[in-house]
Amino acid sequence: MDMTLLAAQLINGLQLGILLFLLASGLSLIFGIMDFVNLAHGSLYMVGAFFCATLTQWTGNFIWGVILALPATAVVGLLVELIVVRKLYQRDHLDHVLATFGLILVFDTATQMIWGPDGIVVPLPAWLDGRVILFSDIVLPTYRIAIISVGLVVALGLFLIVTQTRLGMRIRAGASNRDMIGALGVDINLLFTLVFAMGAVLAGLAGMMIAPITEASVGMGNGIIIVTFVVIVIGGIGSIKGAFAAAMIVGLIDTMGRSYLDSLFKLFMSDQNAETSAPAISAMLVYILMAAILAIRPQGLFPPKGR
Amino acid sequence: MNKSLIGLVSAVALLATPAVAAEKIKIGFVTTITTPAGAMGRDMVDGAKIALSHINGQMGGKEVEFIVEDDGFKPEIGKQKSDKLVKQDKVHFITGFIWSHVLLASRKSALANDTFMISANAGPSPVAGKLCHKNFFSSSWQNDQNPMATGEVMNKDGIKKAYIMAPNYAAGKNMVAGVERTFKGEVVGKDMTKWGKDMQLDFSAELAKAKAAGAQAIVVFYPGPAGPAFIKQFQQAGLAGSMKLYTMFTVDALALARLQKANLSGVLGSYNTMFWAPDLDNATNKKFVADFKAKTGRYPTHYAAQSYDAIMLIKSGADAVNGDMSNKDGIRAGMKKANFASVRGKFRYGNNHFPIQDFHLRQVKKDANGDWFVSYVSTVTKDHQDTYASKCKM
Repeated sequence: MDMTLLAAQLINGLQLGILLFLLASGLSLIFGIMDFVNLAHGSLYMVGAFFCATLTQWTGNFIWGVILALPATAVVGLLVELIVVRKLYQRDHLDHVLATFGLILVFDTATQMIWGPDGIVVPLPAWLDGRVILFSDIVLPTYRIAIISVGLVVALGLFLIVTQTRLGMRIRAGASNRDMIGALGVDINLLFTLVFAMGAVLAGLAGMMIAPITEASVGMGNGIIIVTFVVIVIGGIGSIKGAFAAAMIVGLIDTMGRSYLDSLFKLFMSDQNAETSAPAISAMLVYILMAAILAIRPQGLFPPKGR
Repeated sequence: MNKSLIGLVSAVALLATPAVAAEKIKIGFVTTITTPAGAMGRDMVDGAKIALSHINGQMGGKEVEFIVEDDGFKPEIGKQKSDKLVKQDKVHFITGFIWSHVLLASRKSALANDTFMISANAGPSPVAGKLCHKNFFSSSWQNDQNPMATGEVMNKDGIKKAYIMAPNYAAGKNMVAGVERTFKGEVVGKDMTKWGKDMQLDFSAELAKAKAAGAQAIVVFYPGPAGPAFIKQFQQAGLAGSMKLYTMFTVDALALARLQKANLSGVLGSYNTMFWAPDLDNATNKKFVADFKAKTGRYPTHYAAQSYDAIMLIKSGADAVNGDMSNKDGIRAGMKKANFASVRGKFRYGNNHFPIQDFHLRQVKKDANGDWFVSYVSTVTKDHQDTYASKCKM
């Protein structure tokens, strides 16, 4: 096996995993702490990407675009929580799904009305647009390394917040037993609003990170949100550690499947059959994994304690 | 007495409906208006509307009613909308159709009801071969035709090892088959990536494979939103120096507008093939491009050009029978002559109602205003007919 290719694919898989982690950590906290199913989490990913794209074009610099787009996305998250989501906590999951599906349609249409049906290409500054050479023959785009670094820093920050601060203690407590921390006098509304805004910022950040690779486009969050749900189910709902582990596993499996499945299939079937079936099977791999996890360990890999 | 009166009234009403409907010539247009591919549909509708304005909304002395429906990039929705247009709106012609899988799902709705169907983009192989139909026409091309021209260009450039990438759906498979049919070198690898509303847009794994396979050239088909994403990642991965890039239906006016805004100038100077170019030298095309730019402020894509031709093709059919929509044979014979001023210049129809036409090499250049566009370079294949025509028993 070609080691250069393998290393490149490992890095690509990690980068996809990091993006999924940024999305999944917020979604998992919202689902785990507030028991709220937020299908519109992907819309915040899209909103982040469009804010970043527009601000990058205004300021002429991607870094400024990201720095300014983060608080802007937080504001959108806060507004969504205050106007729509807050009224839904007491309802059951079906109402959550219906309402947030409606939100997706509202966000997609509003985005199309404001920015038009074309996507926006986000240019990178030259120092991020280059390539890094590792171990003499592995050439990787600098920007992908940058995504991985940003993601790891965010993961570490989240880990510290959740394990070392009072806010984190309440978040953990909320994930373990929502009613009890309310009964102990914690302002649950404030906690929920903070968690929701934090989730929005993380989703927005993921959108900003991917925009220079793909582009900001209408409905870009609707595909990835499904995989994100797979990640939180595998990782254990409400657990940051679980979200991290599962995101990495899913990112690697998806990338490795796309890279190696067709050569693997060619060992025991005709070239043509391998070429047609490999893309279909590799798209299914993460769902097969989720089904297996649900069968063997339905609570997920790292469920929060006390469930 | 009462009952028979009601029966009589409803019988009259039933008889009257077609007479009322026949007053106008109705054209249904199925394309993608929402999703990230919505910009393509907008371009098609704009192209068709330019054609309608050039003919003052009249065909065969009758007024035209133009109804647009959104397929949402999904075959099942496209079929529903086609059913609605054919059965509820009772359109005489149904056209549009960006996507091969949408067209394949929708064709029965139109053809089983004796409605004319004109594809203004998609040209999947079955429709050109075994499933060819007397009431189906294409104002674009069969999917394999343009990639076959690309394969010829690669041969001329002396490419020996190539890597192919395309989306995993009907047209993607045709594109790959088209290149493989004419390209004489070795195909060292190929990838079919996930397609649809949640298409794969990160090609890092595939690009790493292409590099490892030692290809001299990479040839891709990524229409719509995937195009700029691919071009950018190809440059980011640093492959532009070591590998030649050939694209099909990937670098068009929509992609170039986005790439120009972000100043990704690596695409300037790149080549691709097509049956048409915005600066193709004929009077119809000059008028079309000038009016399109004046109305929308954009360069038209081939999607717009094909939609313009679809309307003109329909007009040639309607004119041949002076607007008598019941004379299906007359309309068909009229359209089959391809007797209208096409933006591509002269062409004719094969037995399967797909154009026999020229394909050209185009290069991305800057125009006088500094806008990026694809410019005609030379003609690659002359009077090219698709290979499936022989399988069509018409």
